[in-house]
Amino acid sequence: MDRTEQILEIVKGVSKKKTSPDPDESLFDSGYLDSFALPDMIAEIEREFGIEVPDSDLNPQKFDSIARIETYVSRMVIKRGT
Amino acid sequence: MGRLFSFGAYLPARVVTNSVMACQLGCTAEWIREMSGIEERRFADEDESVVDMGLAAANDCLQRAGILAEHLGMLIVASGSGDRRFPGPACTIAARLGLKQTPALDVPMASAGSLVGMSLASRLTSAYGHVLVIGTEKMSTLAIREPLDKNVAILFGDGAGACLISPDGGRLKIVDSVLHTDGSYAEDLRLGHNGPFEMNGRSVITQAWRKIPAAISEVLERNQKAACDVEIFLMHQANQNLIDRVARSLHVPSKKFFSNIARYGNTSSASMLIAASEWFSQREPVLGEAICFAAFGAGFNWGALLAVAG
Repeated sequence: MDRTEQILEIVKGVSKKKTSPDPDESLFDSGYLDSFALPDMIAEIEREFGIEVPDSDLNPQKFDSIARIETYVSRMVIKRGT
Repeated sequence: MGRLFSFGAYLPARVVTNSVMACQLGCTAEWIREMSGIEERRFADEDESVVDMGLAAANDCLQRAGILAEHLGMLIVASGSGDRRFPGPACTIAARLGLKQTPALDVPMASAGSLVGMSLASRLTSAYGHVLVIGTEKMSTLAIREPLDKNVAILFGDGAGACLISPDGGRLKIVDSVLHTDGSYAEDLRLGHNGPFEMNGRSVITQAWRKIPAAISEVLERNQKAACDVEIFLMHQANQNLIDRVARSLHVPSKKFFSNIARYGNTSSASMLIAASEWFSQREPVLGEAICFAAFGAGFNWGALLAVAG
């Protein structure tokens, strides 16, 4: 499973939706995420990819689409050094 | 550090159910419950002020302590919903308690104000003697006004809580507390002088979800305790979904977090003291038990306070 698929599975899991959002579709506008699903998703991303999202990065805009999440996770994985 | 002598509370008589709110806001009672865990809240009468409610909670607390108001050395009143810009409610509550010389401080911090008041009182009690901390809020007039935002309006209720902190006596010793502020989020939860109640729910919840457990862990770790060592967490009753996530972050069951939000909604800075008053009315703390208070609110301001029975 590649990184995009991993992220999609996490989003579908926390949103309890069976459909997959388009890569650039707003996860908030399309109902995949709300105020409480967002922290659930971030916790899952931290666990799945072994990264820690600092408080300063807890900006909902960074996590508003699959593409944005993937960009963020990729950057954090590189920063982590693996 | 001071000791927690007693708690008190006051809730207005008028119960407003989700069904009533749903009709007014164009949503369903079930949606309100799912979004917040709230089933009903109390609204003060039109002529019932934050001073009236704060005074009632103060008298309840003093009566439980068996302390006369004239023996208070200081009053600290937390409220984000005072009737006027100045003076705040503290001086009027003090006057109505019959106090004419006792210093009365306002802490105008929505939601986190009573925790900040308790933390200050725990350090000031050695100099001022009995310090009465009050959280009193009339949120209904602020959250339910045009332009109506149902995401805000469903959450709030009215009420007041109080806590007497003293240099000696009482059932619990305050061990430590931590307070934090990050004003870069000041615009995410605000109420201007004439503007609407504005809340960036995503930011508030995400930051609270991270910062509350961090503050709790900070105060516990520096006192060589773990979350599982705490008998009960008495947290600001913001939203049941948030309380559950904070518990999960700390790897403790939600039942470790006392909750009355289903009955009273979010009463801002009053909520934590109302919760404490109810919990301590139900049981006496056993020697050595750890109790942890925590709050998060506009600013953002947040923190935690640790007390131990004995």
